[in-house]
Amino acid sequence: MARIPVQFTLNGQEKAEFIESGATLLNVLRDRMGDTSPKGGCQQGTCGACSVIIDGELRLSCLTLAETCEGATIETAGGLANGSELHPIQQAIVDGFATQCGFCAPGMVMAIKVLLDAKPAPSREDVVEAISGNVCRCTGYEPIIQAVLSVSRSNSQQAV
Amino acid sequence: MAIKRGRGVAAINYPTGMNLGGDPSQALVHSTPTGNFMVSLSSVDLGQGLRQVMSQICAETIGVPTEMVHIDTADTDTGPHCMGTFASRGTHRIGNAVRQAAEEARQVMLEVAAEELEVNASDLETDGTGNIQVKGAPQKSISIFDTALAAHFRRGRSISGRGMFLVQRSYPDTETGAMKPATCYAHACVVADVEVDDETGEVTVLSVKNVYEVGRALNPAMVEQQLVGGSWMGISHALYETTEPYYPDRSHGGTDFIHYLMPGPGDLAETETIVIERPAADGPYGAKGVGEMCANPQIPAVANAIFDAVGVRIDTMPITPERVLRALKAERGAVQSGAA
Ligand code: FES
Ligand code: FES
Repeated sequence: MARIPVQFTLNGQEKAEFIESGATLLNVLRDRMGDTSPKGGCQQGTCGACSVIIDGELRLSCLTLAETCEGATIETAGGLANGSELHPIQQAIVDGFATQCGFCAPGMVMAIKVLLDAKPAPSREDVVEAISGNVCRCTGYEPIIQAVLSVSRSNSQQAV
Repeated sequence: MAIKRGRGVAAINYPTGMNLGGDPSQALVHSTPTGNFMVSLSSVDLGQGLRQVMSQICAETIGVPTEMVHIDTADTDTGPHCMGTFASRGTHRIGNAVRQAAEEARQVMLEVAAEELEVNASDLETDGTGNIQVKGAPQKSISIFDTALAAHFRRGRSISGRGMFLVQRSYPDTETGAMKPATCYAHACVVADVEVDDETGEVTVLSVKNVYEVGRALNPAMVEQQLVGGSWMGISHALYETTEPYYPDRSHGGTDFIHYLMPGPGDLAETETIVIERPAADGPYGAKGVGEMCANPQIPAVANAIFDAVGVRIDTMPITPERVLRALKAERGAVQSGAA
């Protein structure tokens, strides 16, 4: 099959690949670029485990054609930590025991990041809304909601 | 037509592990030349924290910090035999095997240290931070690091141990049919408060109050995590989840992930969870299995609460609005024909 070139920025690094037309961003990230942080839970847009941020917006990488990402800026959970220092959202999830098997976490943290970037001190309803597209089988969601609220509390303390 | 409230209670006994042909798990423990301890298992950590709990059990038994223990669950082909991580059996069965293996390894470790210190092994104790010392004379001591080096390079010893835990198959008594399917049981009691809309059949779980008796919580934060997630899952089983809504008729079964309904973060009941510890006689440090049991008692509690609210007994899961409405209709029909 004819291959087409695609270039974008992934977690701050320039990436260029020849990909098959029709390949999903999820598969390109995982199989061609070695970023296995987005997970393929359902591959049909219903679980949120594949969530990434494209040009500042939360997107499902399983439903995004890689070829539509030409020139885009893509962020994944794999790029959140700064070396061995976790991102505050990741740290809050660890501290709050808000992940168990961990399969939902890479998508969950991206959904949370989009929320907190736009609204550093969200209400509980905002948090529920923000993660409502992300399925978690293990935690019962409450620990995740509490973890997000704890980040937003420390955000507002810093702002003071 | 109205929204009615009800309260339901349920209590359960839940067996740890299974018993259809015997229930074994085995473990091997050995030290590296520098006195770290490897635990080889073929038990799989599904995310519930098996590796953390096994390293705690091993560390506690040998008398070293948890950081000195590494759990290798790499390969079910080459690791010691384990029936698997299911039936709430991991902590109890595998934990018992790890404890036994660690006891044997500790004994060898103390023997080597005794040779090095020229004392009796029975006079030695561990200080929990990586040293072995003479009881009552802690100035006479040797690090586990040096003990392991001595074992490997001077004494020709393997600081290692084997652990096996087997719950024998229980056969029914030919006279009475009685059998002993489990050796230890966890317990739970749940109170559920619900609202039922008798026009739409919709059930909302307002709150669940859970009390769980878990034997001993070896890692309290992880136990709580399991119980909180399990409680949510119990409500999900009661009201939402099915692949075959008209079982045994398979029509209308979901064909995609999107058809499999579960409560989302906006559908949470207020949840309170209390842990009671009553150590199990045959559990590793008293632990029982709580993996599955935590998601069970919500189901009868919710069904009972629905009965309390609108007077219908629904005995098929999940309790969908359709089932509630059909039951209400049948009930009204029965009342009307009874009156006529
Ligand atoms: S894998 Fe993309 S939404 Fe499930
Ligand atoms: S932690 Fe397992 S799916 Fe969320």
